Amino acid sequence: MTYGPARALPGDQIKITTNPDTEPFWQAAKEHKLTACECGECGHFRMPPTAVCPECGSREKKWPSLPGTGTIFSFAICNKNPKNGEDYIYVPVVVDLDGAPGTRLNANVSGCDADDVHIGMKVVVDWTPIQDGWVLPNFRKA
Amino acid sequence: MAWSNQDKTAIVGIGSTDYYMRGKSWPRTINDMAAEAIMNACADAGISHKQIDGFAYYSTAGAGYLDKFDTASLMETLGMPHISYSATLTSGGGGCPGAIGLATAGLMNEDCTYTVTLMALQQLPQHRLGVVFGSAAPSPENSFLQPSGLVGPGHLMSVLARRHMHLYGTTQGAFGEVVMATRANTHNRPKAIRKAPLTKEEYDESVMLADPLRRLDFCLETDGAVAVITTTMDRAKDCRHKPAVVHACAHGGQREWGRAFAWMGMPDPHFASSGHKFTADRIWAQSGLSAQDMDVALIYDHFSPMVLMQLEDYGFCEKGEGNDYVLSGKLRYDPETGTGVNGGVPVNTHGGNLNEAYIIGMTHIVEGVEQVRGTAINQVKDAEFALVSGGPASLPVSSLILRKD
Repeated sequence: MTYGPARALPGDQIKITTNPDTEPFWQAAKEHKLTACECGECGHFRMPPTAVCPECGSREKKWPSLPGTGTIFSFAICNKNPKNGEDYIYVPVVVDLDGAPGTRLNANVSGCDADDVHIGMKVVVDWTPIQDGWVLPNFRKA
Repeated sequence: MAWSNQDKTAIVGIGSTDYYMRGKSWPRTINDMAAEAIMNACADAGISHKQIDGFAYYSTAGAGYLDKFDTASLMETLGMPHISYSATLTSGGGGCPGAIGLATAGLMNEDCTYTVTLMALQQLPQHRLGVVFGSAAPSPENSFLQPSGLVGPGHLMSVLARRHMHLYGTTQGAFGEVVMATRANTHNRPKAIRKAPLTKEEYDESVMLADPLRRLDFCLETDGAVAVITTTMDRAKDCRHKPAVVHACAHGGQREWGRAFAWMGMPDPHFASSGHKFTADRIWAQSGLSAQDMDVALIYDHFSPMVLMQLEDYGFCEKGEGNDYVLSGKLRYDPETGTGVNGGVPVNTHGGNLNEAYIIGMTHIVEGVEQVRGTAINQVKDAEFALVSGGPASLPVSSLILRKD
């Protein structure tokens, strides 16, 4: 079976919400900076951002700039736009983020055919404007 | 160490409504179906529903994913004079058999005498489970998942299945065998939704919904209600049927699985698993038994790959060997001999969520009870122990061993 080009889902359909624990991630994304939540005391990374470091219990957080690259850990190939049911080839990927060990993002990958996506593939962040002025980190084939 | 509540309670009553294709139960209401299941379970036990004084739910007392059970409403509906125990496990279907442990907690604490555990499900178009995740406004947590378009449970499970295929060479053929092996058990079941035998060709032609998963890898979407009654062993002796003894029961799980496919953060080897390893180890420790001691396994089958991964987590085969175990026919039930095939333990002799009906795990408990009573339609010969599992989903997941009295 041949799927053809993988496309990111349309940003104008996508909405997010934030809370004080997660908002710094999304504020950085607005400026096209990929970050992850790092414990300010022990340096352990966690995503999604939560109130307390699961390793040491600290509430101190840092938001370092990451390289914006990563590796596909797993993926699915989907063929219907979930908002309207229309035919639409997109590839949800689970990405291991470089520079923040143990953290992942769930996103779409583009820049290649869906058929060519594979576990271990290197990807680079690709910014998608979404509703309410937010920006979503997606990925392209590196 | 043996569980302190081992063999002290039993399931004594099972009851259900008919099973309907999604949405077809209307104009029955969800409470009407719940009431019928409870009354049928009480009749099966030989008690009046007015003797129920305990409720032990799971899925955060959900009835489906948008409705909620409320003990006061059920009392009002059924005229129960008083209740002295009302509790629920959290999260979703993963807690289904664990609710029998919750019932046992109430019974052994002498809070109650007859406890009901139930699920009712009515998927009217706006309540369809498969779209609930995608249509909900994303929470701050879910804003890290939903924008990827991983919105339905099948999308989520396909990502886990893909990783298992990558790590262990697991094939789609094994997922198909899970479906075919359990479909073979429904042809003689009057209430089953899918009864026609399934060929490999039909499976291979099934539409790909979330590659690598096909429509037939997804469970049914059905309406209906199922209830079971748990009581203490001394009371169980006076009930109509032989007690299905609660031999071991555990719920929970470990941090590495956590919110599971609601965050996708699980490290290997937990990612490509069912998340049941911690709970599996607990019930084996509670009982001193192992997978090979089970006579029948009722494995929660919302998606076919998760059956294979549970077989690994419970130790029916080694981790990473699920593909070969499944493909060697070891899930199958041989009706001629009433035994397993090729040295395996028969799986889902009722057809499971994939083929009989999907009432969020309750049908697996019912089948476990019938097997150790000796009254199952596809009876495993001399069945002494039945394993029932729930989930895989966000924690807690759970499992139960029922024993013949």
